[in-house]
Amino acid sequence: MESRQDYVLWFEECDLQSIPLVGGKNASLGELLKAGIPVPPGYAVSTKAYSLFLEQGKIKKKIFDALKSVTTDDVASGEKASKKIRAIIENTSMGYELQDYIGEFYRRLSKKSNVPAVPVAVRSSATAEDLPGASFAGQQDTFLWIRGVDDIFKHVKKCWSSLFTSRAIYYRTKMGFDHEQVEISVGIQKMANAWTAGVMFTLNPATGDSSAIAIDANWGFGESVVSGECTPDNFIINKITDEIIKKTVSHKTILYTRDPETHSVIKQDVPEERTDTQCVVDKDAIELARIGKQIEKHYGKAMDIEWAIDKDTPGKAKIMILQSRPETVWSDKKVEPVMKVRSSALAHICAGLVAGKKVN
Amino acid sequence: MADNNFPSPHEIETIPGTEGWERMYPYHYLFTTKDKERKEYEENAFWFNDALHYPEPMYPFDMIWDEAWFLSLSQFNTRIFMIPPALGIDHRIINGNVYITPVPVTDPNEVENRIPLFMERAGYYYENWDKLHDQWEGKMKGIISDLDSLEIGPLPEMEDISIVKNGLGTSSGYELLKNYDKLIDLGIRCWQYHFEFLNLGYASYVTFVDFCTKAFPDIPLQKITQMVAGIDVIIYKPDDELKKLAKLAIELGIDSQLGDDSKDVEDVIKEFKGSENGKKWVEAWDGAKYPWFYISTGTGWYHQDVSWNDNLNIPLSAIRIYVEKLNEGKSIDRPVEDIKAKRKKLISEYRNLLKTDEDKQTFDQLHGTSELVFPYVENHLFYVEHWFHSIFWNKMRNVGSIMAEHKFIKDTEDIWYLSRSEIKEALWDLVTSWATGTKGYGPLHWPEEIEWRKGVYQKFKENRPVPAVGTPPEVIAEPFTIVLWGITNDSMAAWAKLKEIGDPDKVNEMEGFAGSPGIVEGIARVCRSVEDVTQLKEGEILVAPTTSPSWAPAFQKIKAVVTDVGGIMCHAAIVCREYGMPAVVGTGQGTAIIKSGMKIKVNGDTGKINIER
Repeated sequence: MESRQDYVLWFEECDLQSIPLVGGKNASLGELLKAGIPVPPGYAVSTKAYSLFLEQGKIKKKIFDALKSVTTDDVASGEKASKKIRAIIENTSMGYELQDYIGEFYRRLSKKSNVPAVPVAVRSSATAEDLPGASFAGQQDTFLWIRGVDDIFKHVKKCWSSLFTSRAIYYRTKMGFDHEQVEISVGIQKMANAWTAGVMFTLNPATGDSSAIAIDANWGFGESVVSGECTPDNFIINKITDEIIKKTVSHKTILYTRDPETHSVIKQDVPEERTDTQCVVDKDAIELARIGKQIEKHYGKAMDIEWAIDKDTPGKAKIMILQSRPETVWSDKKVEPVMKVRSSALAHICAGLVAGKKVN
Repeated sequence: MADNNFPSPHEIETIPGTEGWERMYPYHYLFTTKDKERKEYEENAFWFNDALHYPEPMYPFDMIWDEAWFLSLSQFNTRIFMIPPALGIDHRIINGNVYITPVPVTDPNEVENRIPLFMERAGYYYENWDKLHDQWEGKMKGIISDLDSLEIGPLPEMEDISIVKNGLGTSSGYELLKNYDKLIDLGIRCWQYHFEFLNLGYASYVTFVDFCTKAFPDIPLQKITQMVAGIDVIIYKPDDELKKLAKLAIELGIDSQLGDDSKDVEDVIKEFKGSENGKKWVEAWDGAKYPWFYISTGTGWYHQDVSWNDNLNIPLSAIRIYVEKLNEGKSIDRPVEDIKAKRKKLISEYRNLLKTDEDKQTFDQLHGTSELVFPYVENHLFYVEHWFHSIFWNKMRNVGSIMAEHKFIKDTEDIWYLSRSEIKEALWDLVTSWATGTKGYGPLHWPEEIEWRKGVYQKFKENRPVPAVGTPPEVIAEPFTIVLWGITNDSMAAWAKLKEIGDPDKVNEMEGFAGSPGIVEGIARVCRSVEDVTQLKEGEILVAPTTSPSWAPAFQKIKAVVTDVGGIMCHAAIVCREYGMPAVVGTGQGTAIIKSGMKIKVNGDTGKINIER
């Protein structure tokens, strides 16, 4: 007997064991949550849901028949099949059972987020690393600011159909992978509606000091910080004591936000009363740094992190981690000892005295 | 350095009405243009006002400690430990304020030659630290006991018959001269010992700081200090004694009899002596006095810095604060376990962040040595500046009262307007006229001179000294200059800026050293001396010239501290770090600019203070 958990799973229910069911991306979100790292809430539509869709829609045969004519010699044959298959998938209705599961979770996610028809990101999450062809699908398709169940269904199907891009088909054919073995999961995640956002390094990028965490922040979405379009507020936080050791509140002139009508991201002037106001309160900056430390610990290396403080959660600020990748500038440098090795403290003291201290 | 311009030492003008001030101080402290070579040396050196030790102009007698450390610090660098690149610290005086400059070894060959000598000599001290340090404590206790037993008594009309019957062959006049010399000698000797370990202690600490700031460019100096600071050091003892006495009073059920600050200590003790439990408490109180109440209410550097033993109402008032806290059910104990745990965490986590095994080895070497030497750096203050000085000033008052009795000066406290050699001369005048049975010349000369000196001193006090004169250097090697005075490009720039501020009522931002982290806003309370502490209200921000262990109880009431004088290692910074409250120290002008009742914001992370006007 199949149960709900075979088809839809909250990120909290995903972990590395569930990769075959929810794919790498969803599983890693689950792992981050388990490590105490707050990511925007959401859920996975499993590979079984994809299989059920193919079965209930009775389209399996049609799809695999269309693939029979594909050869690696003829690029056009792959493109033709891709077009045909993607149209089949996107035009087939989901069964009621699947619609119920996915729709119900979407309603619960909206409720949890305190936003009616909460905007979400819908993205594919490839299952197995040993099927590299599958990863082609996963990388391409991310749909942002999707709202309402009908649009969710539509974009879930778009993710499913991304298994059959001409590139993916070509690759699998060339490598001799079985098209029928490839599966795909989809992640549906709340869009962070950033009140304030930015980047965080688990070392000070200006000095390379690994005992510091550096945070850059501006009002609105993180784009303005990532692109370098504004001078952000800057915090340097001591990693060991969680104290802010340096803080620079900058004059912030532009921000990115969401147009409530078109749901697209737009650039705006920062309202005058907020241009010189600190955009992350000290308490949140310290909490952010604490999360940064956890991420660094989770990955075992210095990280470069995108974060946001969500404005949908009323009362208290809700910190969300959007992306994290290894820091490369300082981490890739050759490690040299800070001081020449010497036989005793006295030898160091003597050398230090002789060198003196530059005062300018 | 181009934007930090300081005047030439020879350009500073005499304050009108103080002409002739030079005779109040040792002649060799004066800047001069008479000799070309000396003039050039003075112009090319960087002289900064030692506001750390002397927030006020110098009294002629109080120069004794300046001369004492001039000699002692310098000799250990130059002649004893042979610090390779650093000689002593030279001293001058302008308008009553002391200016000092570190003297480098300029010849690179000479630096090289000094290295093996330093390694041998300093090495011996580092290797035998504990043994030598025990020996040091013995020497200090010895001279304090000598000081304590030194009799400076009045001159009798007729010598006692015992002088005859014992065949002593000397008079009280001679004894006075001899004991005055001995008193001065003990003072100078005490300051010889003062630097026996201090130079090496600082050198070790500076090297550890250097390593930490290279490995962790963003590490706050506070954190480095926390990694080496002693936990069970003497500086906390006097305060611990008060806490014990507060607890004992409650335990014995006599705490209500302590009364409030309107009740004098003598009345309290008298009342206590009437009951068994009271007697027990008085016994403990008397036991704590020696030596723990020899704690100065100031830095101990000035004669006016009285100790608890000079005014027992001060420790009593502190005990009342502790009793009140205890009766409110609050803890008054230092969170020692917590401090230890935090310290351990800092050490191990910074160490773990080091990327190579080589670095970990260096860290262990330097941290180990700093940890070994640091308790001395903290403890010597109690022995010298507090215990010894407190007794010393009172012995000098005995000399003063003899001089006043013979009308050489109007009041005992006038003695501070004479230099120690002038006193010696005056004592000769006094004892010879006493011996001869004539009138001395002193009463015709000194009272008038002292009146004039008082006027000069007052003018000195009203004048704000220039922070520095001469030519700033590019490199400083002298360990004291770095640690104690924090001479850096930043501090020199800050001084240059301070120079430009004319009107203190227009200042709304000040800067000092970030002594203890945290940011707090609140109402300022300016306490110029420890007696003012009783005015403090719960949750105010203490603004003081400086603090010492005798101020400790004040820290129970406040939420931040601002001081005029002091670096990262000063009392206020150390205590605030323990209590986890912000401190900005060494602001230079805090008590001059901030007034009680003002709303201020103290940022212990950056060292900035904002004044709301």
